[in-house]
Amino acid sequence: MTKPAIAIDVQDAKRLFTQSAGAFAGTRVVRAVDGVSLQVREGSCFGIVGESGCGKSTLARLIMGLLPLSSGDILVDGQRLSAMDRKARARLIQPVFQDPFSSLNPRHSIADLVGLPLTAQGIAGRERGTRVAEMLERVGLPGAIANRQPAQLSGGQRQRVAIARALVLRPRIVVCDEPTSALDVSVQAQILNLLADLQAEFGLTYVFISHNLAVVEHVCDEVAVMYLGRIVEHAPTAELFETPTHPYTKALLASVLTPEPGLGIPDVGLGDAYPDPANIPTGCRFHPRCPAGQPPCITETPAPRFGAGRMVECLLAPPPSTASVSPV
Amino acid sequence: MNLRRLFALLGLLIVGSTAIIAVFAPYLTPHDPFLQNLDGRMAAPFWLEGTVPGHLFGTDQLGRDYLSRLIYGARISLLIGTLVVICSGLIGTSLGVLGGYFGGRIDAVVMFVITCRLAIPLILVALTVVSFVGSSFTVVVLTLGLLLWERFAVVARTTTMQVRNLDYVAAAQASGASTWHILLREILPNIAHHLVVVATLEMALAILLEAALSFLGLGVPSPLPSWGLMISEAKDYMYFSPWVIMIPGVALFVLVLGINLLGDGLRDWLGAARDA
Repeated sequence: MTKPAIAIDVQDAKRLFTQSAGAFAGTRVVRAVDGVSLQVREGSCFGIVGESGCGKSTLARLIMGLLPLSSGDILVDGQRLSAMDRKARARLIQPVFQDPFSSLNPRHSIADLVGLPLTAQGIAGRERGTRVAEMLERVGLPGAIANRQPAQLSGGQRQRVAIARALVLRPRIVVCDEPTSALDVSVQAQILNLLADLQAEFGLTYVFISHNLAVVEHVCDEVAVMYLGRIVEHAPTAELFETPTHPYTKALLASVLTPEPGLGIPDVGLGDAYPDPANIPTGCRFHPRCPAGQPPCITETPAPRFGAGRMVECLLAPPPSTASVSPV
Repeated sequence: MNLRRLFALLGLLIVGSTAIIAVFAPYLTPHDPFLQNLDGRMAAPFWLEGTVPGHLFGTDQLGRDYLSRLIYGARISLLIGTLVVICSGLIGTSLGVLGGYFGGRIDAVVMFVITCRLAIPLILVALTVVSFVGSSFTVVVLTLGLLLWERFAVVARTTTMQVRNLDYVAAAQASGASTWHILLREILPNIAHHLVVVATLEMALAILLEAALSFLGLGVPSPLPSWGLMISEAKDYMYFSPWVIMIPGVALFVLVLGINLLGDGLRDWLGAARDA
């Protein structure tokens, strides 16, 4: 069997924001994404999890080309993202956003919303109409909805519209930034199933960003755990959930077992001293909250350790090859 | 019906009827507003002694029918208000949207231009312009139109900044839409309701400023029946015939009040329509 092709190759991506700290205090630098490397295989679903503020949405915007990189590189389908023009990028990669109430312009009809990517490519008239109607039907919306405004639709219907818009150009990659967390629980499962069906039908590659571990476990092939702008652990989903190695991953997984799983941001049981991305701790960036922290963690920056298809960035973790039970 | 809606309807009524009167002025005026009759000067309006039949609001110091001049004056006020708002709205909205959308250096330049504009004294500029090129309708419209855009710019800039961070703008960018499309089709329709309110305020201000400029002799030139000019010409007679200054003054007050009431109403109504 040949190895599947790499759809997205993120190489040491960094994105810094400069913030004014007040009139006389000068500026401070927020390291939102601070050296992320990952590879997404063609046709897979790659999950990125982490608390809010860990940089996962910034990473999503970098992968979609909506934000320029501060340094590093992102290759999509072998081409540098920064070298592609907006239209070429649109044909390759499309987003589905978290909140369908803010991702659909309230002033446009559904047909115009779904047809926008086509219009931008210069496709108009009857062909545009046919393709919009086809796509609406495919995501399970009645054709009569095309002339409505977003305000007349429910949250689940709106998210279907957003998905139709993302797929109308038949892109190969879809970046889903918390696509279900703004929806009712009853609708979440429908949208997840729809996303799974569409992946199978069109051979899509998903980058799936979520703070909801239950959802990630359900839909993703691989998961990366993000903390303060870096990926601290990365493994195939089943292995990550069975044998979490990084103390942060363990804490996140423990939080799933709380009585209210997946409702809002999980309480990770690490206190609420969420560190400031403008003032990243020395050594291991997780050490102020780490339950297993040792003295070297304060000074020594852990290097990523690879093995058995996994990666972990922790001084205390055993080498991944021994932690992994599955044969390579 | 609550009081706010009542006021808004009152504003709509005032502005609407003034607009209709202005449009159909030639059919509504009993006399030619430019026709002088030196025998029939300073006839009193109908509610005073010494009124002359056929001249409802009397006549002015040259015997011209005051009602006809008032009606033609509505035309000038509304025309100036509309043209100034179109001109300043285009300038201010373009600057504000560009600054708000692109941010960074472009925004810094826009802010600088706005600050510069705020430092320019309007009346002094108008005085200078008129003394150089002479007063005319076009000069008044251009002077006000090129100077009254700062509120449009400020409001367009801040509202654009709010809208540009919404996901639908990111979605349009990811859809491959051009910047031009994003500015005109995604952002502008979503800030338009704020701009409409600014437009009513600016229109009222433009009408008042035109009256002020005409009063100072810097506005529309003499035979034209501008309300400001009517007040200016009447001021010599106000001790013996106070109505010559009162009638155009009340007309000006009512129209500006009506426009402001309409603006308040539009803000409530458009805001409610968005939240629905």
